[in-house]
Amino acid sequence: MKTRVYVTLKNGVLDPQGKAIHHALEGLGFAGVNDVRQGKLIELDHDESVSDEDLEAMCRKLLANTVIENFRIERSAA
Amino acid sequence: MKTGVVIFPGSNCDRDMIVALRNVTGQEPLRIWHRETEVPEGLDLVAVPGGFSYGDYLRSGAMAAQSPVMRAVKDAAERGVAVLGVCNGFQILTEAGLLPGALMRNAGIRFVSRDVPVKVASTASPFTARYAEGEEVVIPVAHHDGNYQADAETLDRLEGEGRVAFRYSGECNGAARDIAGIVSENGRVLGMMPHPERAVEPAHGLEGGRRLFEGLLG
Repeated sequence: MKTRVYVTLKNGVLDPQGKAIHHALEGLGFAGVNDVRQGKLIELDHDESVSDEDLEAMCRKLLANTVIENFRIERSAA
Repeated sequence: MKTGVVIFPGSNCDRDMIVALRNVTGQEPLRIWHRETEVPEGLDLVAVPGGFSYGDYLRSGAMAAQSPVMRAVKDAAERGVAVLGVCNGFQILTEAGLLPGALMRNAGIRFVSRDVPVKVASTASPFTARYAEGEEVVIPVAHHDGNYQADAETLDRLEGEGRVAFRYSGECNGAARDIAGIVSENGRVLGMMPHPERAVEPAHGLEGGRRLFEGLLG
């Protein structure tokens, strides 16, 4: 089965890359974008035996740095 | 003084560190490969050098922090062995939980490579014992992810306990409270973005880093 882990910077943490992307979008003439935040999407293909707790532990121990990042786990049967 | 330098695939300041340690201590540093599960007994200092360990995959220092040798370095630190992490080494020490906080992408996005003035913020650790508090020294930086961040409570605690070892004099990378280097609670672990090993001898043109190593000689 597959799980998607979204890793994003915590609110209030400056995201220089997001800022640069925002700036570039404006440079391309796209108006109306108020803010851009960049994150990571990590896709895991795993056995059903991998529990939600396991996934949470993976995020806390490695996939996200919880000092600066949040994570969201999306488990799907597909 | 016996020293060791940890080497990861992608380390690129290990040789500079070895030369600096040999120069200051008069003894040949041991090289410790990343797959080692133990740090040799009898070392006084383990240095975690700069570079791009494991290609900086996931986050700078994140993969290296999970390597066998870092568990051994943690154990060594608990035994009281001094640990110095420079640049990528600092990133690895924070990712491994040996030091608090995290190093993010530079606020100005660009890689910063230049000589920067840094102020010695505390002389409480052996690493800074040979400096005067408030003294300014020039040490090179070369990094993309040197923007030190931690929550306000952690920053207050670091400052309150005299654990901020170095601060940038002026803007460098957006680091919270201009923090360039911090030490552990017992002062035996130092992580810093500037490269003291590149400011040790006359040929470097800068010698502001030399006393950091000399402080460890006691």
